Amino acid sequence: MSNEWPLWEVFVRGQHGLAHRHVGSLHAPDVKLALNNARDVYTRRNEGVSIWVVKSTDITASAPGDKEPLFEPSNAKVYRHPSFFDIPDEVGHM
Amino acid sequence: MYAQMVKSTGEGVKSLDEMEPQERAFQERINADVKIEPKDWMPEGYRKTLVRQISQHAHSEIVGQLPEGNWITRAPTLERKMILLAKVQDEAGHGLYLYCAAETLGVSRDEMTEQLLSGKAKYSSIFNYPTLTWADIGAIGWLVDGAAIMNQVPLQRCSYGPYSRAMIRICKEESFHQRQGYDIMMKLVKGTPEQKEMAQDAINRWWWPSLMMFGPSDTDSVHSAQSMAWGIKQNSNDELRQKFVDQTVPQADYLGLKVPDPDLRWNEERGSYDFGEVDWNEFYEVLKGNGPCNAERMAARRKAWDDGAWFREGLMAHARKKETRIMAAE
Repeated sequence: MSNEWPLWEVFVRGQHGLAHRHVGSLHAPDVKLALNNARDVYTRRNEGVSIWVVKSTDITASAPGDKEPLFEPSNAKVYRHPSFFDIPDEVGHM
Repeated sequence: MYAQMVKSTGEGVKSLDEMEPQERAFQERINADVKIEPKDWMPEGYRKTLVRQISQHAHSEIVGQLPEGNWITRAPTLERKMILLAKVQDEAGHGLYLYCAAETLGVSRDEMTEQLLSGKAKYSSIFNYPTLTWADIGAIGWLVDGAAIMNQVPLQRCSYGPYSRAMIRICKEESFHQRQGYDIMMKLVKGTPEQKEMAQDAINRWWWPSLMMFGPSDTDSVHSAQSMAWGIKQNSNDELRQKFVDQTVPQADYLGLKVPDPDLRWNEERGSYDFGEVDWNEFYEVLKGNGPCNAERMAARRKAWDDGAWFREGLMAHARKKETRIMAAE
């Protein structure tokens, strides 16, 4: 069995109320050390107020080849954007 | 630069017409400035070149801790010591960001470490020079990190997403390193004549090795041409070296220190400094392993790896045992 420590993906939530954001990955033997290491590697300059670590093997990603079937349909639905509709100036801010 | 003389395919750059459709689509994405991501199709040569470059860059960050670590216990004040400690910790962090970026290309961390320890993978020639005095810590921050920044800023636009993102993080942190070095130099030149002499001695020894960091002139290199076509590299080595000289000479003037190059003079016509030829023999000797500290650096890395083996294995065994217990309890 390989003794290489497993890979973890690190997500950090910054100061300003935004969602956790992926910042990188690291190796650690277990959850506790993954969190400790994430603090040392990714938040040396007060970058975050909360950290998530997830084993990389537990992440399921969409395949690059599926880009068109997955995302193309939304391109055709321009009416989802408010700028699709013309509202007369007289109506005021909407 | 932290990655010098990275080999690519060695076959020269193909034109779009010579490419198969898949490779052509790949090249067109790069030409259109669209980032390449880990799971995307890429030519084997692109993947290999990136693994070489990113791992060499990562190894440089890690080995680069050694010359500076030498002065942590001997820093002149507690404040200087804390600052140097933070800087060296940053270098470790930079190495880790880069190893992770390389791992997205399908090489494992242990494989990369083994390649460094066996001498198969290289690290920057600059870290094979000794840090003899405290002024060397100033010169490293100012000149070595200055040269590194010159190289790393354009790498933020590299075509490979994970490398580009790692470089953005690194560049944000790097400017602290250069400033702390310059701050040390400023303090020394304002000190006693002996302290000023110490600063001059440091620039005398670090100036030329810093210019070597950009690698040899690459006008004729097929590797550089290919790396540029792939958007891995944005500027030629000579271009960046010139920029570094132009930026650094006025900083040396401000300190009242002499740049150790008799051929250095301002060229009004070019709006740049002319400077002397780097001793490329010395550069190739250091790369081959014959620099003043190559053996010492590698011995330190091997010792750290071997001495830490029981610890790495122990933590892993403990994690496995805990996991088995949790599973048994469920």
